Amino acid sequence: MSRPGFVLEVDERTPALLMHEGEGFRLEKLPLGSRVIYPPESLPGLRDLDARIRHALANPLGREPLHELLRPGMRLTIVFDDLSIPLPPMRTPDIRQRIIEQVLELAAAKGVDDVELIAGNALHRRMTPAELKRTVGERVFRSFFPRHLRNHDAEDKANLTEIGQTRHGEVVEINRRAAESDLIVYVNVSLTAMSGGPKSVSVGLASYRSLKHHHNVHTLRHSKSFNDPPNSAMHHSYNRMAGLLDESVNIFQIETTVNNDTFPDYVGFLNKREWEWNLKDQASYLAVKRANDLAPPKQRRQIWHRTAAPYGVTSVTAGDPIQVHEVTTRHVLRQQLTEVDGPADIGIFGLPYICPYNVNSIMNPILVMSLGLGYFFNLYRGQPIVRPGGVAIYYHPVRNEFHPVHHPSYIDFFEEVLAETTDPVAIETKFEEQFATDPWYIHLYRNSYAYHGVHPLYMWYWGAHAMEHLGDVIFVGGNRKTTERMGFRSASTLDDALEMARERVGRSPSINYLHAPPLTMADVR
Amino acid sequence: MNLTLEYHRSPVRYMTTRTATGTSVGGRASGWMAANLSPLRLLNRPEPRLPGAGWTRVRPRLSGICGSDLGLLTGRNSPYLSALISLPFTPGHEVVGDTLDDLPDLPKGTRVVLDPVLGCVPRGLEPCAGCAADQPSRCDHITAGRVSAGMQTGYCADTGGGWSRVFVAHASQLHRVPDTVDDERAVLVEPLACAIHTVRRAPIPDGASVLVVGAGTVGLLTTMALREYTKAGPIYVIARYGHQRELAREAGATEVLASDRAARALRRATGGFLARPERGSEYLLGGVDLAFDCTAGSGLDTALRVVRAGGTVVMSGMPNAGVDLTPLWFRELNLVGAYCSGGHDFPDALALAQSAPLTGYVDAVYPLSRWRDAIGHASAAGRLGSVKVAFDPTKDQ
Repeated sequence: MSRPGFVLEVDERTPALLMHEGEGFRLEKLPLGSRVIYPPESLPGLRDLDARIRHALANPLGREPLHELLRPGMRLTIVFDDLSIPLPPMRTPDIRQRIIEQVLELAAAKGVDDVELIAGNALHRRMTPAELKRTVGERVFRSFFPRHLRNHDAEDKANLTEIGQTRHGEVVEINRRAAESDLIVYVNVSLTAMSGGPKSVSVGLASYRSLKHHHNVHTLRHSKSFNDPPNSAMHHSYNRMAGLLDESVNIFQIETTVNNDTFPDYVGFLNKREWEWNLKDQASYLAVKRANDLAPPKQRRQIWHRTAAPYGVTSVTAGDPIQVHEVTTRHVLRQQLTEVDGPADIGIFGLPYICPYNVNSIMNPILVMSLGLGYFFNLYRGQPIVRPGGVAIYYHPVRNEFHPVHHPSYIDFFEEVLAETTDPVAIETKFEEQFATDPWYIHLYRNSYAYHGVHPLYMWYWGAHAMEHLGDVIFVGGNRKTTERMGFRSASTLDDALEMARERVGRSPSINYLHAPPLTMADVR
Repeated sequence: MNLTLEYHRSPVRYMTTRTATGTSVGGRASGWMAANLSPLRLLNRPEPRLPGAGWTRVRPRLSGICGSDLGLLTGRNSPYLSALISLPFTPGHEVVGDTLDDLPDLPKGTRVVLDPVLGCVPRGLEPCAGCAADQPSRCDHITAGRVSAGMQTGYCADTGGGWSRVFVAHASQLHRVPDTVDDERAVLVEPLACAIHTVRRAPIPDGASVLVVGAGTVGLLTTMALREYTKAGPIYVIARYGHQRELAREAGATEVLASDRAARALRRATGGFLARPERGSEYLLGGVDLAFDCTAGSGLDTALRVVRAGGTVVMSGMPNAGVDLTPLWFRELNLVGAYCSGGHDFPDALALAQSAPLTGYVDAVYPLSRWRDAIGHASAAGRLGSVKVAFDPTKDQ
């Protein structure tokens, strides 16, 4: 039986606590009385996973068993989540590979010949052949790549189709092949409560025309939080779109959840609560930290990005997208939700080396912002862990570095747009159209491995709710110029950051520290 | 006697400064190198003789230090020019001063600015094709006639130059300065005339996008000239220092860019694709219609890389850096030179100097006796927040 989530109140016996800071980590002593929000202990993974997959496909929720939906001559499209989840990437064989192999076996047994596999990467960068192979496995890759295994292309006008408009006037436009298939099998991995369900097809296979209806400042400011779908305007939009899709497209959803075994054994201490570190964990911490600090930056980054998570899969559910997603969300929350008694004046977050958009890449300043003020800030239900007007303190070096191939429009966004304004509404009004329709960005998105031109703006919107909510944002260890460019402040140490925060929250602030990763979602009463 | 800064022949000093300033460390200390190693010396010489009728002595009030002068003192100027000068000479070709002799229509004591080109008229020769076309900067006779070789005053042994108490000039070189133009503005008339000439060297269609590389004196004045005498559309200026950015905007720049992100910013502004070669700088497939290199050649590479196919690059200022000409060939660019001025450029410059935002441009004035400080200051003008450094020979006792 795994122990539930836990809030620790720091007292004089509390050891220094682990804090992620990009491609590094440190132990930090927090002020007495600070509350530390830990996730529930990692849940046990399912045993005999292949059998559980087989069972899910044969006993779906709200749908006939998959083998009964398959017939000769049909068009079958298998769509799978791209490399943005889970984080870090899971050890091979990836759960998507296991599921896709079973779906293909059933399809073959039923004589289905017209099968296509599409990565649901929306406006994310294309996955490289190596990344596709890692996700779907060697056997599937060899059989289908490149003609029948590909990335979704949100700018391939000829291969997009408009399904219709919701009652709110939201255009639903998705991949033509998927839309015209007799059956879409969507293979999902849900790492947070925001993923999966209505989001899968309506976002993963959509175009900018369609995405802009929910990826905008207004929607994100009214998504409190976007990890709490009932209170997320973004998910309300997904739901409307999914409702429209449901009328014209037949979707068989397969969703999975993973536990909190985020880091492999050699850095196993990162998965544990600090006071439970044994001698080996303490020695590992010292050795790994020393080696990590001494490693050249390039090698350090390579090592972190080669790290694969030994996740256990905690659920596999198939069938009707809505019914499946209810089950999935319960499993995610069971693994991540921790009750917290009210927000604090200050919220502290340690930001790790990876976010959904820098897998095998560089975490540039915009991505640091979206990870901190977007993903981590929104890891709440009820209310944020910081009170309105409070201060968020993040740990990250926020280096001014960008991946020139993956993030070309991010460079221009940082240099040009943020030099002019950091106001999300002003940015959206003046720059979104320019970035979204820039032919060079579109060319790179389609032919290179670049995120879509509009993506950095979306990342900025991702933090719009936090920017509106917070009184100040401070990065401990952050590059001063880079943080300033984004409208934030930097501090050398936590003490300095707390001193700076006092201007806004007084001399005796309450503090909440969201101890993640492994991911923790605060259920703030 | 005439107190004068004289540049004399010294192959050893020339090669020493050229070699030393050619390194990255030496380049940063080029001001010190120019001031201490170059073959320049402060001397008392007899006043230069009047070469003939139509000539007058001129007593400089202010004499600017130009980028080409610094190129000379650091040994960076091309040896190509060595055939067009006569040694020893007194540098200084951006001059406002008073005439000391009576000439028809130019009585003694008239405040004048100098058009330094020594074409056929001052040389007492029949006009060559360039001079006949009122383009004396294209004169073919700059090594002939009644004064010795020298493309300009400031490179000619017989005329002297502005970095002295007295030099000689022909009436055709002198332009009366209106009372409304003070000395600080008047000393900028010569570079302003060059800037006007530069923007007239290539046709600029209405609304054309233009890049000015460099925001020193030449870049800033070129920006002003573009705004005044053309109907260019957006003007982008690459500037390195904070004060240059502000002045460029004041001069009429639409947007001021940092050199390290110019290609990306111009791509965003003008469209096109950005290409990243395995070695060397990024370049555009697309880009601005025209670019003006106002950096004495160091920015020419940038200019060639960000002009659209079929576009034009105009070189202003004396070039002293090598460049990869592949874009010129591949993008079928037009490369245009712009040297000094001609036609109506000088009168137009005098008119523009009255209204242009030139206040504060001349912010460091030295006596000749402090020439090492002046050269050091001029070499680091950008870093030190200055635009134009000048000598005031009247300050020397």
